[in-house]
Amino acid sequence: MSQSQPLPSAPPGAARAAADTRPVRFRVFRWKKGDETPHFDEFTVGAGPATTVLDGLVAIRTTQDPSLTLRHSCFHASCGTCGMRVNEREVLACVTNVRELGTETVTVEPIANQNLVSDLATDMVDLYGRLDVVDRPLIRQSEIHPDSEVADGVAEHGRFEDCIECGLCLSACPIVASDPRYLGPAALAAAWRVVDEPRGRDGVAVLALTDDAQGSWRCHLAFECSEACPSNVDPAAAIMLLRRRSAGERLRTILGRRDAR
Amino acid sequence: MSEQVRLRGGEPGLAAPTVPGASRPVSPRRRGPLGWVDVRGRRLGSWAFILNRLTGLGVLLYLYLHLVILSQLARGPAAWDSFVSLALSPAFLLLDVVLLFGLLAHGLNGIRVTLVGFGLVIDRQKAMFAAFMVLGALVLLVGALRIFTTG
Repeated sequence: MSQSQPLPSAPPGAARAAADTRPVRFRVFRWKKGDETPHFDEFTVGAGPATTVLDGLVAIRTTQDPSLTLRHSCFHASCGTCGMRVNEREVLACVTNVRELGTETVTVEPIANQNLVSDLATDMVDLYGRLDVVDRPLIRQSEIHPDSEVADGVAEHGRFEDCIECGLCLSACPIVASDPRYLGPAALAAAWRVVDEPRGRDGVAVLALTDDAQGSWRCHLAFECSEACPSNVDPAAAIMLLRRRSAGERLRTILGRRDAR
Repeated sequence: MSEQVRLRGGEPGLAAPTVPGASRPVSPRRRGPLGWVDVRGRRLGSWAFILNRLTGLGVLLYLYLHLVILSQLARGPAAWDSFVSLALSPAFLLLDVVLLFGLLAHGLNGIRVTLVGFGLVIDRQKAMFAAFMVLGALVLLVGALRIFTTG
């Protein structure tokens, strides 16, 4: 599996870029159901100036090992499905340029702290469950512009907020690594959206939920979640803002002014 | 081609990293408290986090050692004088510098953690860490000189 293979189906007009292709070694985490232990396999892929890690993995699956399992969809950092660990850092593989990594070997692993499904694919149910706990405020309904044309059967547009549910923050957080009871950065960032902008949801209840030893107060300020987030959600800041709001509520309670707001 | 990956057990709970079909929990890496000090791929915030944890444990250890040393007073003047002569040795003075480092790092970063942890100056947390560490280094330098010159 170490022969160099060009990327399949190069886009039109890419002949000049193809001439600049260099072999890059991919070291890929492998585990299948029933395997006693995971291991790494190495592949060599031709990488041009614009080749991303996801391009390389798709090329490996297409031309070298069709059993390689990975999640991906949009190829432009919108869907969050190709979140993985590349050279020890949490990234979206679709927007991570292979050459810009600057290493001879590109080590690819699934995100940490989540259940493995197969190879690079992890079960995202845990993340979705955490988001449900805080009322999953990720989709908000935007108003339909009066001049816009709306397709038949579409009653309203849904607009995603910034979080793309990639799970990179959960992978990067050292507290999630050691304490699975911790609600985690993605859910707390979502909780802050509910608290700050309830939009009909119960922000008071969500704030009370996060005002807990396993909620916002479990964070130890490593800020890795915000560093890893590819979508500028800044979960660490959201957690700190939850704390500020919780502390303010507690102070008001102590001073007997809870109802004076 | 294949390289074995060391397994590390996970904990039960909401996000227990169990592999379907595997006989025991599996996670690719960094499970458990040892993951706290794994600096591969980590950024400044993690360094601050690790520094705070290690110095916190060090200061906690010192507090217990301090109580043990104070108990020498109960054994009479001879025992205490013996300890004082040990405390003035260069090796012991170096430990004083290490203690000062731990106190400064933990205390100054603690100010940062307290401010940021209550939602204040969140967007300046990196600069605040750097500034506090520079301040700490200067105080440590002066303190070390005084420790070794005044005994």
